Amino acid sequence: MSTTPSVAAKRPSTLRGGHLPKWAPWAIAAGSVALGLGISAAAGLHSSIQWALIAAILYVLGTYVIAARVENRRQAKDRVVTSLVWVAFLLAVVPLASLVWSTVKRGVKVFDLYFLTHSMGVVADSETGGGIYHAILGTLEQVGLATLIAAPVGVLTAIYLVEYGRGNLARAVTFFVDVMTGIPSIVAGLFILSLMLMFELEPFGFAGSLALAILMMPVVVRSTEEMLKLVPNELREASLALGVPKWRTILKVVLPTSLGGITTGIMLSIARIAGETAPVLLLVFGSKFINANPFEGAQASLPLYIYQQYGSGEVTAYDRAWAASLTLIAFVMILNLVARGIARWKAPKTGR
Amino acid sequence: MDTTQIADAPPPTQPPTAEQKRAARGATRPGDRIFLGLSRGSGILLLVIMAAIAGFLTYRAVLAISKDDGNFLTTFEWNTGVNPPVFGIAVLAYGTIVSSIIAMVIAVPVSVAIALFLTHYAPRRLRGPIAYVIDLLAAVPSIVYGLWGALVLVPHMNGLFGWLNDYLGWTGVFSWQGGAARSMLTVGILLAIMILPIITNVSREVFRQVPQMHEEAALALGATRWEVIRMAVIPFGRSGVISASMLGLGRALGETMAVATVLSPDFLIHTSLLDPGGGTFAQNIASKFSEATEFGRDALIASGLVLFVITLLVNGAARAIIARRKEYSGANA
Repeated sequence: MSTTPSVAAKRPSTLRGGHLPKWAPWAIAAGSVALGLGISAAAGLHSSIQWALIAAILYVLGTYVIAARVENRRQAKDRVVTSLVWVAFLLAVVPLASLVWSTVKRGVKVFDLYFLTHSMGVVADSETGGGIYHAILGTLEQVGLATLIAAPVGVLTAIYLVEYGRGNLARAVTFFVDVMTGIPSIVAGLFILSLMLMFELEPFGFAGSLALAILMMPVVVRSTEEMLKLVPNELREASLALGVPKWRTILKVVLPTSLGGITTGIMLSIARIAGETAPVLLLVFGSKFINANPFEGAQASLPLYIYQQYGSGEVTAYDRAWAASLTLIAFVMILNLVARGIARWKAPKTGR
Repeated sequence: MDTTQIADAPPPTQPPTAEQKRAARGATRPGDRIFLGLSRGSGILLLVIMAAIAGFLTYRAVLAISKDDGNFLTTFEWNTGVNPPVFGIAVLAYGTIVSSIIAMVIAVPVSVAIALFLTHYAPRRLRGPIAYVIDLLAAVPSIVYGLWGALVLVPHMNGLFGWLNDYLGWTGVFSWQGGAARSMLTVGILLAIMILPIITNVSREVFRQVPQMHEEAALALGATRWEVIRMAVIPFGRSGVISASMLGLGRALGETMAVATVLSPDFLIHTSLLDPGGGTFAQNIASKFSEATEFGRDALIASGLVLFVITLLVNGAARAIIARRKEYSGANA
């Protein structure tokens, strides 16, 4: 045994007996990919999904059999789970990478300064040209108004829950904030719609803002609450001990300490509602023209623009839809990155 | 004892003592009172909004359902433009549940695996960036998923559908007549991709909180990595994973745009998941809305109310599980 240059002999100190070399998983992976390609070529399958699936199954089976022979059953199981976890990860990466890739690739086709600065005014869906200026304007106004409503209400609610909240009311608010987080966006839209039906109103931008504000509030409350909880109690006690009233303590000590985190939370929630389509579809209706007044007349919005361009079924419109998607993703991603940057930069100093 | 002595001297009345108490806490300052009022008012406003949503939706729904000539729960039709109107949610309920189940069946195991990957398997240097990317993917708007699903995913499904039809077509569930893959299965797969990030994120948080001691104890006894996960990580994280899945389910149930762009709807229940047709609550509202009359909108609101109640129940259950777990782990800490 000691004379044979077996893999196990290289590690005489291990208590677990046989051991696969480090390159084994890679070798098995390469083998199964080759075999998967071979099988699908032989069977005349053309979909890339199929050979990938065959290769994945072969890999898992191969790992188990080989590991069970060289090592033992427990190690084999461990290796199978490891490979399953890796396969799951890769499986999830493929569609997500494809999403980003196709958006960028197809989006840059018509994405330029002209696209950003012109509306769809007199452009038919089947024609080239046109842009998203009106949609960007609508989205910014609707989201801005929603933020003006939701941010103060959300932050104040969080202050109530953290600084004052005890008893049944606070418990009810906490529970319903949680529940509200899960309201489908279309239901929020229907709620405002039922109000509009009651007052016989035509679609306008601010109605969309109201629905977006409903979606935004619970997110702001949750994130602000977390941030306020991070503020050390010693700070509050020091301020109160100096005779500062509680409300000034909150305004001058608690809020400044957690300002970075609160800003981050608000920006993340803006990123979330900026992509909401359903309520805007019901309440703002969409328009091809520039309408800068959110309080009267139908407005456009970026996500709604994507939906309507897609719905027209024209190839030129698809190009515009992709370019608008690229804009929307870029907007959301930049908000996310900036928000996270602020969070890291102004992280509350807890303890020492 | 003290209080009774004090109460003996002046005539004992309730208001002054309450005021004294408040004065002792310093809550009588006008600034404090205004600030408390504002913040409490905001909290109450949230409750009022929730109540208003339920109230107004119910009111409009009752208006619509009272004129419904069919049975609202069992009719296979959505015809609100005729007199008398006939509409029912049977197909929508079926489609919503089926697409969500498909999404859960795919997304939950994969998300849990990714969460485990991030906490236990991935190379340490990659964990941060991967988690970050998943966070960003959770922020991709649903309409973009919808556009991608309709223009990229649907054409790519043909191979898989043909394959399923060849080998599993005899079950009836996976039979396929050809044509574009704008079916429940595609919708389910797309929903699965969309809810992956949220389930992964919550599960990862839970797995992270597994006490290091438990894992080290298992490792010291000679457990393999899988055995550590099975014996220490999964039992600790089970309720967290369940609630994460419920949150994902809530997302899938209410998803509108991704379904509206991908599915080619009709008002029939198809046994095959591969053939186009069917519908979901949210998709039906989005697609039928533009041509709906005022009554038609009321009918759509009625179906939205059903969706609202379902998501409330699902989310409430998820939160209840999380809350119970908090108490449990708090008692242990």
